[in-house]
Amino acid sequence: MIQRVLEPIGNVVLRLVEETGRFFIMLGRILFWSPRPPYDVREHFKQMQRVGVDSIPVVFLTMLFTGMVLSLQAYNGFARFNATSLVGSVVTLSLMRELSPVLSALMVTGRVGSSMAAEIGSMRVTEQIDALEALATEPVQYLFVPRVFASVLMMPLLVVLGDVIGMIGGYFVAVNLLGTNSQTYYESQFNYVDMVDFTSGIIKAAVFGLIFSVVACVRGYYTVGGAEGVGRSTTRAVVVASLTILLVDFFLTRLLF
Amino acid sequence: MSRETGQAYPVSSEAKIRVEDLHKSFGQNVVLDGIDLSVATGEALVVVGPSGTGKSVLLKHLIGLLQPDSGRVLVDGQDLWAMDHLQRVDFRKKFGMSFQEGALFDSMTVYDNIAFPLRRSGKKPAQVRERVEECLELVQLPDIASKRPSELSGGMRRRVGFARAIAHKPEILLFDEPNTGLDPIMTDTIAEVILGIRRQLRATIVTITHHIPSARKIGDRLALLSGGHILFQGTPDEFVKSPDPAVRQFVEGRATGPLTGEIQTLHRNYGEAR
Repeated sequence: MIQRVLEPIGNVVLRLVEETGRFFIMLGRILFWSPRPPYDVREHFKQMQRVGVDSIPVVFLTMLFTGMVLSLQAYNGFARFNATSLVGSVVTLSLMRELSPVLSALMVTGRVGSSMAAEIGSMRVTEQIDALEALATEPVQYLFVPRVFASVLMMPLLVVLGDVIGMIGGYFVAVNLLGTNSQTYYESQFNYVDMVDFTSGIIKAAVFGLIFSVVACVRGYYTVGGAEGVGRSTTRAVVVASLTILLVDFFLTRLLF
Repeated sequence: MSRETGQAYPVSSEAKIRVEDLHKSFGQNVVLDGIDLSVATGEALVVVGPSGTGKSVLLKHLIGLLQPDSGRVLVDGQDLWAMDHLQRVDFRKKFGMSFQEGALFDSMTVYDNIAFPLRRSGKKPAQVRERVEECLELVQLPDIASKRPSELSGGMRRRVGFARAIAHKPEILLFDEPNTGLDPIMTDTIAEVILGIRRQLRATIVTITHHIPSARKIGDRLALLSGGHILFQGTPDEFVKSPDPAVRQFVEGRATGPLTGEIQTLHRNYGEAR
C-alpha cells in the first residue's frame, strides 16, 4: 500500500530532478560554447526573425485583447466605488509588470518553443545531430546558441511591443466604448507607474525567453523513438516550459519588488 | 588473419584505428562485448553482420559519437576519450562519416549541405564552390546542387551524404549501411562510388553493410560482427570460402544457424574443433 503511493511520487521527483539537471547542464554548455568561434551570423539572424519578427502578429493580437478586456474589467469593478480614474494606472501596471511578459512568453512558447523542440527532435531521430558532430561541429554551438540568444534578445522587444499594444487596447475600450475622458485616461495611464515596473517586465521577458528556448533544446536533444518521440518531446517542451515560466514568474516578482 | 597485399591501393602496416576490448551496453542490453579490431592506414575494412548486432554502434565509437563503457578506441594512437571536449570536436575533422539515410540537413539545399564542413573551416566562397562541384562529380550527381534533400531519391541522398562526408578531404571515412534498402543496380552503383572515392582520397575506410557482393567489392578485409563479438576476419576470398558455420550462414543467407541460435556456444565448439 505504502509502496503504491510512494513509488509514483518517487518517480515524479526523480524526473523533476533529472529534468532540472539537464536544464542546467545544457545552460552551462550553451554558456561554454557561446563565446567560441566560428560565429554563424546568418543563423543568428534567422533565429531572431523566427522568434521575434514572426511572433509579432501573435503577441500583437494577444496583448491587444488582453489590454481591452483588462480595461473593461477594471472599469466595471472600479465603477462600484467611484475609482474609475484609476483604470488607466491599473491597466498599465498589470500589463507591464505581469501580463505582457507572461502571456507573451506563453504564446511564444507555444509557437516557437514547440517548433524548436520538434525541429531539433527530428534532427536527432534522423541522425542529423550525429552528422553535425561527425562534421566536427558541436550541436550546442551550432544549433542551440543562436536559438537561445535570439530568444533572450527578442522576448524583451516583444514585451515592449506588447506593453504598447495592450495600452492602446485599454485606451480604446475606456475612451471609445466606455466614454472616459480621453485626456484623463491618457494621463492616468502613467500615474503611479515607475521605471522599475517597466524594467522588471523586461527582465522577466528575458528570463522567460531563456527558459523556453533551453527547455525546447533539451527536450529536442534528448528525443528518442522516431516520429512519436518527436511528438512527445514537443508536447513536453511546451508543458514544462509553460509551467516553469509561471513558477519562475512568482519568484521573480518576489525578487524584483 | 591475413590481408591481400600488392593491390592498387597502398595499405600501410601501421594501424590507423585500433579498438581494444571495447564493451558497450544500453541498459540491460549488451551490444558490444569485447571487440578487438584494427584498421591499417589506407585499408578498407568492411564490417558485416546481421541487423541489430551493433555494427552502427561500433562505427559510432570509432568517431567518438558514443563513449565506451570500457576498453579504448585509438585513432593515430590517440584515445578520443582521453582528450578534452574541444580537442575531441576538433579531432573529428580527420573523419568523414556517411549515415544510413544520408542524415542530410533538410533545412539546406544539397549545395549548402556539402559546403557545410568547408564553410565551418573558413574556406573562401570560390574554394567552396569548386570543391562542392568536385565532390558532386565524384558521386556522379552533377546538376542537383540547388535541390532540397526531400526532393531526392534514397540513392541520391546517400551519395550527397558521401559528398558531404568527403568535402573536407578526411583521412578516415566511415560508411554506415551505404546501400541498405536500395535497388540492386543502385546498390552496385554505391559500391562503385565508394571505390571511386577511395581511389581519389586514399583514405582509410570502414564500411558497414550486410550486402556480401558489395562488401567483397569494397573491402580489403571483411569482419563478421554478431552477438557483440567479431566472429571472423579475413580477405573477401577467405570470407566466402570459410567453412566457419557462422560465416557460412551469413554468406548463404540461411534463417537457421549459429548467428540466429546460440552463437557463442556453437562458435566456441567450432573453434575448438578447428
